[in-house]
Amino acid sequence: MVTRAEIVDWARALYEDLDFAAVKGWLADHPGRKAVGYLPVYVPREILQASSMLPVGIHGGGDRLEIIKGDAFYQSYICHLPRSVVELAQTGRLDMLSAVLFPSTCDVIRNLSGMWKLLYPDIYVRYIDVPQVMGATTGGAFWEGELRRLSKDLGEVSGQPAGDEAIRTAIALYNDTRRWVRALYAARLDAPWNVPTEELYLLMRAGEVVPAELFIERVREYLAAVEAEPGRPRDNSRVIVVGAFCEQPPLGLIKTIERAGCYIVDDDFLLGNRFLTADVSTKGDPTRALADAFIGNGLRTSVLYEPDPRGKRRLMKERATAAEADGIIFAAASFCDPALLDQPMLRAGAEEAAIPCIAFKYSENSGQFQQFREQAGTFSDSIKLWGRA
Amino acid sequence: MAVVQRGAQKDVQKDVQKDRSMVLQKEMIEQHFARLERAPDTGEPVVYTFVPGNMTELIRSFGALPVLPEINALQSGMRKQSADYIAEAERSGHSEDVCTYVKCDLGMLKAGNIGPSGTRLPKPDLLLLSYTGCYTFMKWFELLREEYDCPTVLFHVPYQGDGAMEPQQREYMLRQLRDEVIPALEKATGKKYDEDKLREALTLSARSEDDLVAVLHSAKRRPSPIDGYFGAVYYVGPIFSAFRGTPEGVEYYRALREEVEARVAAGLGPITPEGSLDDQKYRLVIEGPPNWTHFRDFWKMFADEKAVVVASTYSKVGGTYDFGFRHNPADPLGTLADYCSGCYTNLNLPSRVEMLATYVREYQADGFLINSVKSCNSFSAGQLMMLREVERRTGVPGAFIESDLVDPRYFSAANIKNRLESYFQMLDARRAGSVA
Repeated sequence: MVTRAEIVDWARALYEDLDFAAVKGWLADHPGRKAVGYLPVYVPREILQASSMLPVGIHGGGDRLEIIKGDAFYQSYICHLPRSVVELAQTGRLDMLSAVLFPSTCDVIRNLSGMWKLLYPDIYVRYIDVPQVMGATTGGAFWEGELRRLSKDLGEVSGQPAGDEAIRTAIALYNDTRRWVRALYAARLDAPWNVPTEELYLLMRAGEVVPAELFIERVREYLAAVEAEPGRPRDNSRVIVVGAFCEQPPLGLIKTIERAGCYIVDDDFLLGNRFLTADVSTKGDPTRALADAFIGNGLRTSVLYEPDPRGKRRLMKERATAAEADGIIFAAASFCDPALLDQPMLRAGAEEAAIPCIAFKYSENSGQFQQFREQAGTFSDSIKLWGRA
Repeated sequence: MAVVQRGAQKDVQKDVQKDRSMVLQKEMIEQHFARLERAPDTGEPVVYTFVPGNMTELIRSFGALPVLPEINALQSGMRKQSADYIAEAERSGHSEDVCTYVKCDLGMLKAGNIGPSGTRLPKPDLLLLSYTGCYTFMKWFELLREEYDCPTVLFHVPYQGDGAMEPQQREYMLRQLRDEVIPALEKATGKKYDEDKLREALTLSARSEDDLVAVLHSAKRRPSPIDGYFGAVYYVGPIFSAFRGTPEGVEYYRALREEVEARVAAGLGPITPEGSLDDQKYRLVIEGPPNWTHFRDFWKMFADEKAVVVASTYSKVGGTYDFGFRHNPADPLGTLADYCSGCYTNLNLPSRVEMLATYVREYQADGFLINSVKSCNSFSAGQLMMLREVERRTGVPGAFIESDLVDPRYFSAANIKNRLESYFQMLDARRAGSVA
C-alpha cells in the first residue's frame, strides 16, 4: 500500500515543478496528442478531454518564480497572477501547450487572452465567456453554442474532433473526478486533523497537471492511507477560507493558517474542479447535458452573477452551517476585483449571522507569513474563548 | 460661437470660454437632473444603467428616465467631492484596491445621494445591469441592489474575444432582451413594450450619431478644430447618457456640428482651458479614461505644450460610431445588441490595438499616449503591451502615464507633467532628427 507521505511527496513534486515535466512526459508518451492550458476559474474540461487533449491548469508561479519579464507587462496595481503566467510563457515553460483558454473570471484574465493572441499567434486562444443569465433558452442555448464551438476548434487543434461518445466518456470521467474531490473534501470536513489542507491542496494542484484517471487513483490511495494513518485531533477552530479562487495563496500561507490553530474545513481554492456541483448526465446529447448542468448548477461564486438579492448575504451562513465552521477568513489576492468587490456583501452577511470573521490580502508570492500567523492565531483564540456557540 | 461663463468650480476663479454647445448641454443635463429629482412626485420611473451598453432608447420608450452611475461619479470627481465619498466607502469596508467609481457612487449614496448638479437622485425602479465590457459592473449593481432593495435585471453582453460577435452570442443577447430585459422594464414601468416608439428613437439616434462622427472626424484636419479627448468627453456626454434617441440630443449634435464646421471654416482650433488652441504643435492619440479630479489641470498640461488630441479610445466606450456603426430602426433589438457588443471595452486587445494604430495613421498623429487608470482593469490590464504593439505597427512613439478616475490620491501632477514634458522633448528631438 502506498503511504500518505509518498502520495504527498508525489503531489508536492508536481506542485513545485514549474517546468511542467509531467505534462511534457505525458506528451512524449503519447505521440500525436496535445495539451491545452487553462487559467482559473472554470473551463469545461470534459470538452478538452474529449478532444483527446491533456487539460493543464495554469496557476502561475506562486512564490517559486522570480518575475523578470512578467512585470514589464503589468502596472503595479494589477494582481500578481498574470505576471507570473506571462513569465512562465516568456521563459518557454508553456511551449508545450497547443491551446490556452482564458475563462471569464475577471477583466485581467479576459484581457490576458488578447495579449496571448498578440504574443503567440500560432497558439489557439479562446476567451471562455460563461453565461451569466441562467435561463434554458438564454444562457443554456448560448453555452451550448459556445461548447460546440470550443469542441469544433479543439478538434481542429488536436486533429481528433470530439464525437458524442467521446464527450460522454469524458463526462463520466469528470463525474468520477468530482465525486473523488467531494470525497476528499468530505473527509476533511469530518476530520480535518486527518486531512490537513496542505495535503489536500497539493493533491488538488497535482490534479491540474496529470490525467484525470491518475488523479482519481491518487486520491483513492490517499483516502485509504488516511484511514490507515489517522491524525490526532487538536483543539483548533474550524474556519472557511473565502476568496482565493483565482490567484492561489502560497502554500506557506495555507500552512500558516493551519499551524496558527485553524482547521480549514471549506475553501475556494482551485474552484474549477468542483464548479459543477452535481453529476452531468451521460444520457442524450452530451453537449446539451454539459450546458444544462452549468445552467442548473447551484454553485454561488464571485465569478458569477448572483440573481438572488439576498443570496450574497445568506451565502456565508449557509457555507458555515454546511461546514460546521466557527469562523470565516476572507483571504483575497491583492487587486482581485471579484473577491474584493464581493467581500463587503459577504462579510455583512457573516456578521449578520454572528459568524466571526477576519480579512487579509495576499499575493501568490507573499513570503512573509508572520502577520498572517498572528492574525489567524488571534482569530482562532478569540473563537475558542468567545466565538463558539 | 463661444460664450463666456463664470467657472462653476470653486477653484476656478477666472472666466472661461465655453462653446454654445457646452451651454446647451449644461442646460439639458440640469433639466434632466431636475426631472429626476421630481420623479418621486411625478411618478416617472427611473432606471439605472451603465454607459457602455446603455440602451437609452429602450429605457425611454417605456417613459423611464435613465441614471448613469459612472457619470455621477466622474462629475463628483470634477467637483472635488469624490475623495470624501471614496473615504466613506472605504470606511464601510470597501477595499482600496477596487474601482473608485464604485466607491464614489456608494459614498455619494451614503451621504444622501445628492447628485452632481446638487439635486437628490431618486431611487431606481429598476437596475438594468448591462454587463458590457466591464466585470465590475456586475458587482456594482449587486452592491447597489443591496442598498436600494429594488428589482434588477442582468443583460449579459458576451465579450468579443475573437474580435467579432458570433451568431450564438447575438442570439443570446436577443433572447435576453425579449425574455428578460423587456419584461423587467414592463413590470417596472407598468407600460407595454412599444416597438414603434423604439424605432422612432433609434431613427433619432442615428441622426445624432452621424453628426457626432462628423465632429470626431473633423480632427483629421490641420489645425484640428476639436480636442478628441478632453473636448470629446463633453461631445459624447449627451449620446452616452440620457439623450441618445431624443429630439434634444439631435438638436445638440446638430448645433455642435455647425459650431465645429464654423471653426473649420475659420481655421480655428478647439477651445481649451487656456483659450483657442489654433497653433498646434503636437497631434496625439490617447488611450484610457481621463483623470476627473484634476481634469482641467490635466488638459492644461497639454494645451500649454500646444498639444491637441486628435482621437481617443475613451470617447468610444459608449459606442464606436466612427467605425461605421449606426443604430438601425429596421432591426430594433438586433441593433441594440450590435451596439452593446461593439462598445470599446467589449473589444479584445488585438482589436483595440488595431483601432489605436488606425487612429495614429488616419489622424496623422505625432505620438500616442496611454493614461492608465488604477481603477479600471478593463481598460488598464494589457496597456503596456498595447503601447509596444502600437509603436511597432505605426513607428510612432508612445508614452505611458498613470493616474486614476476619481481618486485624487493617485493623481500626481508633478510626475505627470514631468513625463509629458520629457515626451514632448523626445518628439521634438525626433522631428529634428528627421529634418536633419
